[in-house]
Amino acid sequence: MADNVYDAIVIGSGISGGWAAKELTQKGLKTIMLERGRNVEHVKDYHAATKHPWEFPHRGGRTQQMIEDYPVLRRDYPLNEKNLDFWVNEKESPYVEVKRFDWYRGYHVGGRSLMWGRQSYRFSDLDFGANITDGHGVDWPIRYKDIASWYSYAERWAGISGNRDGLDVLPDGDFLPPMAMNVVEKDLAARIKTHYQGKRHFIIGRVANLTVPHEGRVNCQYQNQCSLGCNFGAYFSTQSSTLPAAVATGNLTLRPFSIVTKILYDKDTKKAKGVEILDAETNQTYEYFAKIVFVCASAFNSTWVLMNSATDIWPEGLGSSSGELGHNAMDHHFRCGASGRVEGYEDKYYYGRRANGLYIPRFRNVGDDKRDYVRGFGYQGSASRGRWSGEIAEMSIGGEWKDAMCEPGSWSVGFTAFGETLPYHENRIFLDKDVKDKWGLPVLAMDMEIKENELKMRKDMMEDGKEMLEAAGVKDVFTYDNGYGFGQGIHEMGTARMGRDPKTSVLNANNQVWDALNVFVTDGACMTSAACVNPSLTYMALTARAVNFAVEELKKGNL
Amino acid sequence: MARVAWIMGGAVVGANLFLEGCTRKAAKNVEGLFEPETIDFLGDVADTILPPTSSPGAKEAGVGAFIPVMVKDCYTTDQQKIVIDGLGKLEDAATEKFGRKFQELDAAERTELLAAIDKEAKDYQKNKTEEDADHYFHLIKQLTLLGFFTSELGATEALRYVQIPGRYDGDYPYAKGDKAWAT
Repeated sequence: MADNVYDAIVIGSGISGGWAAKELTQKGLKTIMLERGRNVEHVKDYHAATKHPWEFPHRGGRTQQMIEDYPVLRRDYPLNEKNLDFWVNEKESPYVEVKRFDWYRGYHVGGRSLMWGRQSYRFSDLDFGANITDGHGVDWPIRYKDIASWYSYAERWAGISGNRDGLDVLPDGDFLPPMAMNVVEKDLAARIKTHYQGKRHFIIGRVANLTVPHEGRVNCQYQNQCSLGCNFGAYFSTQSSTLPAAVATGNLTLRPFSIVTKILYDKDTKKAKGVEILDAETNQTYEYFAKIVFVCASAFNSTWVLMNSATDIWPEGLGSSSGELGHNAMDHHFRCGASGRVEGYEDKYYYGRRANGLYIPRFRNVGDDKRDYVRGFGYQGSASRGRWSGEIAEMSIGGEWKDAMCEPGSWSVGFTAFGETLPYHENRIFLDKDVKDKWGLPVLAMDMEIKENELKMRKDMMEDGKEMLEAAGVKDVFTYDNGYGFGQGIHEMGTARMGRDPKTSVLNANNQVWDALNVFVTDGACMTSAACVNPSLTYMALTARAVNFAVEELKKGNL
Repeated sequence: MARVAWIMGGAVVGANLFLEGCTRKAAKNVEGLFEPETIDFLGDVADTILPPTSSPGAKEAGVGAFIPVMVKDCYTTDQQKIVIDGLGKLEDAATEKFGRKFQELDAAERTELLAAIDKEAKDYQKNKTEEDADHYFHLIKQLTLLGFFTSELGATEALRYVQIPGRYDGDYPYAKGDKAWAT
């Protein structure tokens, strides 16, 4: 076999790309995984993971130089001293904001699997049926039964801890033991259950952190600094989980610094024959050939690859025949909710830093509930004891004051809502050929916004939070809306959606590009609707499912 | 040494030279904050805010050296100026109230002075608009707290610090006087 010919090519090495590589190599396919950025080696390259707080010169904060260098990252928490090397160099890789769009990217092996929030939930049939029910977007070509076993498959390998709560709106999975609620959270959850007669629930978050040793990995040590990389491999990332599995097969070639510039499309066979890459270090162009291509470059970059491919046939790119490529961009809108103070429990505290919180599954527009908007939202939050930083009292300075600040303060609880964003055709990305990145490649322009449905929902996201906390006996409850920039949820979805009809969708039910059946897109780009739950587990399941399908088709000679 | 010089005052020929040589030079720019005398001065200010008790004070915890790093790297030019000018104002307030420089005051005098400035800063912060600049002492105090509680001594002796807890217990007993977790 020539050194540029493989059975399969995977573009991207994040959550979806890592899964594609694992599944393909384990099924015996010689696979090359192309990553546009540098390599990050497990443990070895987690430079901040073992540092104490005092070993960071600015104690984790942001310098003026960082603020200048990262005009997007600075808009929210990701800009910090500790894991700056996991975030994209914005000067090298700009994009255009027709409307404000916050794009938090990780261009390195592992992608955002290293920094992700790890909350892992299944979509339900309420989600898969949402578009056809209320008429927004197109119908998902799959239902829960089509993906349920793949969710199990993904959970069993990735290691998702959670409780089996038995809720239709949030199907249970194949969980490792759940993390524990603290004593305050337990009591709040019990009160909510009673007050809402089992219609609303505070549950422990379902999270991709191991609560017991799993598949050769160590369980969570409760440091809660996952986004620095975990030397224990206790949370799911490409490095901790899928990459070593792929490497172990002997079938994987990992090529960092490989920017895929286009998929090479053969108009005679109507299939892709490979990809062209630009070596990010040398600027040399190379071609790689394979029977199948998995596009897992992160939602909008996967679409960028398609837009740059087969333009001699379709000026707007591979998959654009539907007119939907680049459209129906989605995220989760959030940054609003409610908080309050919990009285008592002065003799209670906790030990360890739990890398997880509570979750309140969706209850709006479920069953008989009908609102003046469609879809719904869930909440993430927790109860904790305050510390000195939150309680700078009137008593000012001195030894007595210092000693008081060395003790924990009162308990408080807060929840932030994450709402579903509808798939609006006009919310789109497109190539801006006048603006080029460091490598002379055209960049993406972002043109999207939340609309009336989301804005109405945000009122409930605050008020429902307040109502529930008050019902649970929380005092001094206040609501907040810290404002939301599209993309800030770091849950980019859509722009190459799955569907039932090649005229209205880019991908079919098996994530194949309608216009090139040996090209599969299985990351956030494929999403037909967003639901309100964190989406990464769904990418894992869809990717494993699509690889299984692809390999079966290859065996049958159909690809 | 500086205190001795002050007592001798104008009685000594060339006292001004003597004074200049022995007291802290006012920091005129950010780099000036890194002069050993200024770090020492900032340490004493921080130590008045968070003095040694059953745990070490802010000076021993290295806050004096931490503040210049933060002001230089993390503050805007405007904020830097507020802090640099503020140190001069703090000295002026000491001279006005006690007729001596801050580091020439005893512990009780330092506390009295900074408590008054802290009150002034609090009143100012409460009444200012969002666009108005912060009070210098508000900034210095913020940096002192941050620097102390994230320092090795602050985190491990004033607070409790366990780098790798290894487990989670959500029903952990607490008795009045137990320290808070540092992280």
